[in-house]
Amino acid sequence: MDWRRFGFIALIIAILFSVMVLIGRVQTSPIVIVTSMMATTIAVATPLTLGALSGIFCERAGVVNIGIEGMMLAAAFFGWLASIYLNHVYKFAPLPSLIGGVVAAVLTGGLFALLHALLSVTFKVDQIIGGTVINILAVGITGFLNRQLFFEEGSIFGGDVPHAPGTLPRIAIPILADFPVVGRIFDQQPITFAAILLVMVTHFVLFYTRWGLRTRAVGEHPRAADTVGISVERVRYMNVVIGGLMAGLGGAYFTLESVSSFEPLMTNGRGFISLAAMIFGNWTPFGAWAAALIFGAAQALQINMQFFREVIPPQLAILQISYVVGLAPYILTMIILTGIVGKTVPPAADGQPYEK
Amino acid sequence: MQLDNESRGMFWRSVLSAVRAALRAMLIPLLAVFTAMLTGGVVIALAGGNPIAAYVGLFQGAFGSARALSETAVWSTPYIFAGLAVSLTFRGGLFNIGAEGQLAFGAVAAAWVGYALPEVLGLSLPPIVHLPLAIGAGIVVGAIWAAIPGALKAYTGGHEVINTIMMNYISLNLVSYLLNGPMKDPDPLNVIARTPLIDESARIPPIVEPLRIHWGFPLAFLIACLVWWLLWRTTLGFEIRTVGTNIEAARYAGIRVKRILVLTMALSGALAGLAGAIEVTGLNYRHELGFSIGYGFDAIAIALLGKTHPLGVVLAALLFGAMRNGATRMQFLTQIPVDIISVIQGLILLFVAADRIVRYLYRIRVAEERVVLTRGWGG
Amino acid sequence: MTDEIVLQAKGITKRFPGVLANDRVDFDLCKGEIHALLGENGAGKTTLMNILYGLYRPDAGEIWVNGRQVTLHSPRDSIRLGIGMVHQHFMLVPVFTVTENIMLGAETLHREMGGMPVTGWQRWWQTIQLDVLDRQGVAKKIAELSHQYGLDVDPDAMVGDLPVGIQQRVEIVKALYRQANILILDEPTAVLTPQEAEELFRIMNQLRERGVSIIFITHKLKEVMAVADRITVMRAGRVVGTVTPQATDEAQLASMMVGRNVILTVEKKPTQAGEEVLRVEGLRIRDARGLEAVRGVSFSIRAGEILGIAGVQGNGQTELVEALTGLRLPHAGRILIAGRELEDLSPRAILEAGTAHIPEDRQRHGLVLPYAVADNLVLCTYYQPPFGVRSVLQPKAIDSYAGRLIQDFDIRTPSAYVAASKLSGGNQQKVVVARELSRPIRLLIANQPTRGLDVGSIEYIHREIVAMRDQGIAVLLVSAELDEIMALADRIAVMYRGQIVAEVDAQSARREQIGLWMAGVHD
Repeated sequence: MDWRRFGFIALIIAILFSVMVLIGRVQTSPIVIVTSMMATTIAVATPLTLGALSGIFCERAGVVNIGIEGMMLAAAFFGWLASIYLNHVYKFAPLPSLIGGVVAAVLTGGLFALLHALLSVTFKVDQIIGGTVINILAVGITGFLNRQLFFEEGSIFGGDVPHAPGTLPRIAIPILADFPVVGRIFDQQPITFAAILLVMVTHFVLFYTRWGLRTRAVGEHPRAADTVGISVERVRYMNVVIGGLMAGLGGAYFTLESVSSFEPLMTNGRGFISLAAMIFGNWTPFGAWAAALIFGAAQALQINMQFFREVIPPQLAILQISYVVGLAPYILTMIILTGIVGKTVPPAADGQPYEK
Repeated sequence: MQLDNESRGMFWRSVLSAVRAALRAMLIPLLAVFTAMLTGGVVIALAGGNPIAAYVGLFQGAFGSARALSETAVWSTPYIFAGLAVSLTFRGGLFNIGAEGQLAFGAVAAAWVGYALPEVLGLSLPPIVHLPLAIGAGIVVGAIWAAIPGALKAYTGGHEVINTIMMNYISLNLVSYLLNGPMKDPDPLNVIARTPLIDESARIPPIVEPLRIHWGFPLAFLIACLVWWLLWRTTLGFEIRTVGTNIEAARYAGIRVKRILVLTMALSGALAGLAGAIEVTGLNYRHELGFSIGYGFDAIAIALLGKTHPLGVVLAALLFGAMRNGATRMQFLTQIPVDIISVIQGLILLFVAADRIVRYLYRIRVAEERVVLTRGWGG
Repeated sequence: MTDEIVLQAKGITKRFPGVLANDRVDFDLCKGEIHALLGENGAGKTTLMNILYGLYRPDAGEIWVNGRQVTLHSPRDSIRLGIGMVHQHFMLVPVFTVTENIMLGAETLHREMGGMPVTGWQRWWQTIQLDVLDRQGVAKKIAELSHQYGLDVDPDAMVGDLPVGIQQRVEIVKALYRQANILILDEPTAVLTPQEAEELFRIMNQLRERGVSIIFITHKLKEVMAVADRITVMRAGRVVGTVTPQATDEAQLASMMVGRNVILTVEKKPTQAGEEVLRVEGLRIRDARGLEAVRGVSFSIRAGEILGIAGVQGNGQTELVEALTGLRLPHAGRILIAGRELEDLSPRAILEAGTAHIPEDRQRHGLVLPYAVADNLVLCTYYQPPFGVRSVLQPKAIDSYAGRLIQDFDIRTPSAYVAASKLSGGNQQKVVVARELSRPIRLLIANQPTRGLDVGSIEYIHREIVAMRDQGIAVLLVSAELDEIMALADRIAVMYRGQIVAEVDAQSARREQIGLWMAGVHD
């Protein structure tokens, strides 16, 4: 991570936090605001982190995956659906239902990824089109089933959305969470912790193990890997599916950790922003995580603004600010992609189908 | 000049071979649609519905009456423009996923010109001026909105896929802000986010009252012909296609690649903006928030189904228009949600893109060239 | 060399869509011999070797290794049998270190070689490929190995930063690391200076002394006579014959390669040079990575003469040609055409100033393969009358022009509307040549114009270039084939590390001297 990029990240996060402090210091102390922002940032960066990790696994092996958005959406829906089924139809207790939901979400992501791998590796379809197919199918299937199963007269739940079994409970890290103000940063929900853990695991696997070496070789120079006896197809399939599992976990965040209901199109572009985070992080786990934190901070700002609605000076009419801040992640992404904050180098064989 | 028998024979033979070539080109897409509808039927059955009834309702809704046909035409009109927009960029080696945002912005611009411009200028504008202005506004705004990611791609290498998607979300938010705020319909009975009605002078006349089909529909066919002429009969079209087929060779041959990339995106955005403007001035006479959700992805599927050729795009757009129109009736008759159409369209795209599946299923051995439309992030 | 046969191919046949690459080929390799496989481009040599290395499966035929028949499903099988291959285009990952490249696919081989046992725990991690890489252990093994064979390489260097000659060494060490005793080298000298080629031959002899048997593919007659124990000549997928260097000479080999008597030189009238057409002063050009690739180059070419730039690829020739054709902007220096400095250095401006360019990669840069031959023929001129009038294309004018060019240049194609991809390599190059030479030009820049072509096409292109020169056009010929330069050029300049280190008259130039200059040796 070069200095220019690190500086940019630190600068943006500092700006976002400062804005919040400026607005809210009338009501609360700056430290409380900052720590609250940090806690929220880490939490909302979770789906972006997992999406970026998903992208990293796929693209390091040479497969472009813009279907992360669709995978997350589908995973969010099917995970939520599974938790409701387990809770209402099979009468499981809330926590096991939620865990079952997470498993279902992860598997859904993997399944869609399998389709993407099939299209990209075996059928050698243009990978961006393949990703678009995944996105369209996910939107269609989730919209269709959402209406069919819940809102129609003759549907299984008879037109009534049952109460979901809630969201995953917070876990407080033993000693760290007991600190007076700062402690709340270490009091997060399980998927959030999992995301951070997976960043470290991915970094280790990618750069220190045999799997990582072979994956990266396939993404840089597949023919070289082929000539030493590595199966390019197998490596790509496995990495894409793992990417799908990650995206599935990211999708689970939406309906099982963040809120406990499903809205059509609720992923709202997060899957695409993950790709920007991945590119900005130069296809490395820690880099992508840092970029995800920026986007998370922007979103945290937008969320926390709601609480300080009354104290915002009338000049900055809340509607405008909220919209502008809401646009920040998208504009940031475009700025990042211009390369102004540092050149990014994708894996050399990224996006090219392998011909023997 | 008299055509003798031999020339006449040659003429008919070449017509026949052209028709045969067209049919051969349409074979895979037709089979893809058929297979997708079959699979869709399976999905419907699995979810507890009756596929036959569903498709009957679909067909009825699309073609079953004069009104149905008119509605199908009405639905197809924006699809033709948007499909042309996306297919133009495919020919130029780009992927414009931002058609949706460009369309929405074009619609907003046209609406504003339609209801606000006369007030602002303090004059009343005759239709011959007002209507073209409204449509022109849509075209210009759409072109600019697309030229931005085009320029980013040409001059910074930023990949247009993500940038156009980002522009979509930005446009979504901005349009939402405008329609909930400064451009909101001030009518006290109104609660939703929409603009006021545009003036009479800015409306496209309908063809046959009381049907909704309007002159934008034939205009779409005209524009399709124009796009064909542009791509295959002009030097600009040659440059666009060459950049799209082999950008390096284009550079070596002296073509100003950066300029062409921006121009291609701008033209595409213009077509998408035109789609939005026509919808506003020909159909709804206002811009209602969310009227065009999904058009962007639909346009992609239409462009690919139509093999990025204007003729194919027109046919594919008519098909999609028929499906969307018929779906409402299908839902009314059978309670099957209209979202199934999205699933079917996704499947169509799947089978068109991975045509090996279709070829394997139906044992076809046509040797077709695989089209790789985009490159990786390296650009 | 012994008589024991270590590798044998019997009746190998391999068909690709539209071409019979190998037609009942028989080939054998004895222990400790250097066996050259000679043939022109497209003769089927690389295909045969790819089959012996397990990359392709033959349609018919048998492969015998050390007296036993084997089936090779993938390179893994051939590696296990002790066969190693160094490809013409290196199979090295540029962003990996030497160690990582060598250990790829054989990550724990050093442990087994060192006799270290693998615990059960480790084996489990190995199966799911999550075992930690032992970069240091492998690096040590590589250092030992490379020292043993005199092929010193730095295990921690990043391969992308290494010069081409060293990269080749890495490839050889990679094969030796896997305990190869049969080594296949595919056109190894294509990227080497004459001196580096000598060095390679020395290494090959050393390997031979240690019992390694070597197959060495090439199309260069001189090398084959110098270093091989036996020579097998292939032509159009078949084996023409196997001889020893003692029993043959270059002329006979050439005629075996081509099937007829080949004139090995080009007829050339003495030059009648005229006005200066191109002048280059103090050009400094940066490459794609921002490093200076051309460091102050100056030269001039007059009408009616051919200036040949000799030098191994990678010494700045590519960047120089890119600057002269408008594809890369120099950051210092001037370019003057016909005495006038060029203000606008875009490709189109340079084209319109009368420059023709035959690029080194005809498929990526010279042609739009999916386009019809006719469209390719007007690729540079479509916007000018008569092909483009007021921005509208004129199909009739394009059609008649294409017809004329196809006839004049004898381009073998079923029609002007067939896709260029369907043409053979030689005919594709003819399309490029036809397009470039039929415009009114004063300067022709030809970059590796005969790479990968059959002898007939090479002869044709050489004749065209000389014809251009005789018509008074200035020609800049850039080629890595020293023979080509020496045959065609009137003056020869040698490029090394971005500078012109020598400029001589072709008449008085000696091959050995040029070779020394190419290797950066000054006298």
